[in-house]
Amino acid sequence: MDTTLTGTQRMVLDTAREFAKKELRPRAGDVDLSAEFPMAQFGKLAELGFMGIAVPEQWGGAGFDVISYALAMEEVSAGCASTGVIMSVMNSLVCDPLAKFGSEAQKKKYLVPLAQGRLIGCFALSEPASGSDAAAMLTTARRDGDSYVLNGTKNWITNGREADVAIVFAFTDQSAKHRGISAFIVDQKTTPGASVGKVEHKLGIKGSSTTSLIYEDARVPADNRLGAEGEGFKIAMATLDGGRIGIAAQALGIAKDALQRATEYALQRKAFGKPIAELGAIQQMLADSATELDAARLLVYRAAWLKDQKKPFGKESAMAKLYAAEMATRVSHRAVQVHGGYGYVHEYGVERNYRDARITEIYEGTSEIQRLVIARTLLKEITG
Amino acid sequence: MDFQLDELELELQRTARDYARKTLAPRARHHDDGHYPTESVAELAALGFMGIKVPERYGGAGMGTLANILALHEIAAACASTAVTMAVTNMVAEMIAVFGTEAQHERYLPAITSGKMIAASFALSEDGAGSDAASLRTTARRDGDHYVIDGSKMWITSGDVAGVLLVMAKTAPELGARGISAFLVEPQWPGFSVGRHEEKMGLRGSSTVSLGFDGLRVPAAALLGNEGDGFKIAMTALDGGRCGIAAQSLGIARAAIEEATRYATERRQFGKAIGEFQAVQWKLADMATRFDAAWLLALRAASEKDRGAKVTKVAAMAKVFATEAASWICEEAVQIHGGYGYTREFAAERHLRDVRVTRIYEGTSEIQRVVIAREVLRGA
Repeated sequence: MDTTLTGTQRMVLDTAREFAKKELRPRAGDVDLSAEFPMAQFGKLAELGFMGIAVPEQWGGAGFDVISYALAMEEVSAGCASTGVIMSVMNSLVCDPLAKFGSEAQKKKYLVPLAQGRLIGCFALSEPASGSDAAAMLTTARRDGDSYVLNGTKNWITNGREADVAIVFAFTDQSAKHRGISAFIVDQKTTPGASVGKVEHKLGIKGSSTTSLIYEDARVPADNRLGAEGEGFKIAMATLDGGRIGIAAQALGIAKDALQRATEYALQRKAFGKPIAELGAIQQMLADSATELDAARLLVYRAAWLKDQKKPFGKESAMAKLYAAEMATRVSHRAVQVHGGYGYVHEYGVERNYRDARITEIYEGTSEIQRLVIARTLLKEITG
Repeated sequence: MDFQLDELELELQRTARDYARKTLAPRARHHDDGHYPTESVAELAALGFMGIKVPERYGGAGMGTLANILALHEIAAACASTAVTMAVTNMVAEMIAVFGTEAQHERYLPAITSGKMIAASFALSEDGAGSDAASLRTTARRDGDHYVIDGSKMWITSGDVAGVLLVMAKTAPELGARGISAFLVEPQWPGFSVGRHEEKMGLRGSSTVSLGFDGLRVPAAALLGNEGDGFKIAMTALDGGRCGIAAQSLGIARAAIEEATRYATERRQFGKAIGEFQAVQWKLADMATRFDAAWLLALRAASEKDRGAKVTKVAAMAKVFATEAASWICEEAVQIHGGYGYTREFAAERHLRDVRVTRIYEGTSEIQRVVIAREVLRGA
């Protein structure tokens, strides 16, 4: 048992922290107000290797471990949560399944430029009527010669507006239920019939785009099928297990920033003749936030460590995601409270933390789905 | 970063779990009826659990804080009364090992680790000095080659059976916290008396008493460390102690989770096991998640302490988070058991009573939060 960082992990953390402080935090408020994709920051993060942190170097990645990924995600998200989710999607939802399930040719053509951040990717599983119940999707892929023809609409797709590449899930055999789902790599910009639909106007993480994607007789080469026919659901679930670590780490970052702002404010704001940091009520809030943040961190690091060790981590990543997400909402809620009226306005940043945190309880598996995963595993473990 | 326990730690964990399940758990109900775990404590000594951090040459296991909390956790899962008795004895043994002279080591450590002394006690709190420990009023006045101790102590675990008691008293009352000194007191010395036995809500197998010191003469050699070191010794003890209490509370919580989960698969309502209802699944998921988060905080604090890091903040975090999570878990375990959870047919009600004190003793939750906030503000 050793919770200290290795030299490489420390280096990744320091790099990410420095970058967040200089490049992200000063602009996060503007990114939020303008709701513009932080393209310049994306490019710089890509240069640092942060779009494929855990992708092997031969495939264009940085070749670090999953713990390093979590550390970088926390720091980047502490600087700007919108940038954090963009980075999480690139790493967990796009590069990870390509690295794990892609063919040599697919890795060469797609993984390398994605991991290097020369292309932007997205992950298209959810639909207007299919969220937690992913197998209720309606999108289909019909085999036609050496291609597939995709029809359907995907929803809630992060990076949808900017994406060059989408990993799209569709039924190749509806009668086989979830075993009839397959995954496809779609060139979003060059495939006729593939288009971006509605761009959502969101509560938070406004700098990232969230769109629907529309496929009308979109023809995809058979070579672009990821994994075998019918493997799509398995690929999606395995990907989301890892994705939960990314989102949990994003939640850590949002909470970290909120706690830092609350602490700094408490030290300089005076009431009743002294800094409010000296008041017991404020101290209890800061103590709870710091403690819950550390508890969440340890859950995230453990899940990442298990993934690094190639051990099962489904329950642990669900725990990390569930706890970290709800923690981030609580911690940013308290940060607003510590700021009083100032917490309700843009300049102090904590109302943005509060809005940004809220989504982490919903996307990549709602808190309710995480609880379902945990309870099922627990019942199995204890009763054999 | 590495979340794996080493071989020695795993072996100790297995030994503790084995003993706890087979021998101790069946006696928990009896101890809960108010019977001090004399036999169990002796068996724990035989297993090497009464001096886990004491060097091997004095009969200890020579291991660290992490090992200590692994053992405590397993013992607490079977019987929380036995666990607190073990926790306090280990804490005092550790303080003697760290701050004691060779003569003090020889006199007390083999007796504690072998079980010849049934327990050791830690006497800091008084009727008017709880969270504000430095306000204690017991005094120790130097008189030739003796000190004369006058005053009283309260909430002393094993105070009536201990072979040695670590007593905090003021040698220089005008110096406040820096005027407190620590003494190793033996109960047969004239002037020592045991007062009232508390009738407690939980941990009914452990004894909690008040102590009186009336012109108690102790040899100067009974001073632990130097004059004025008492508060430092007490705070050092409590840093480790907080890891221990976190582990104890989580042992109780783990038992509650296991029993509630098993009950949820056995109990049927509306034609199916209640574990199939999401209302029950949600509780189990949250119980397990908060348990894991708390246990990781405890493991981190203990392993950092073993590496020699300053653990004031992380130990306080572990203690407040673990004991509050554990209390909440035991509440929910009763709820899952329904009416049966309110009866002694199941252990859930005992867990709820046992766990409640963990938020109070060895530093209340409120004090932990003050400690944490101070560190957070200092780091800002």
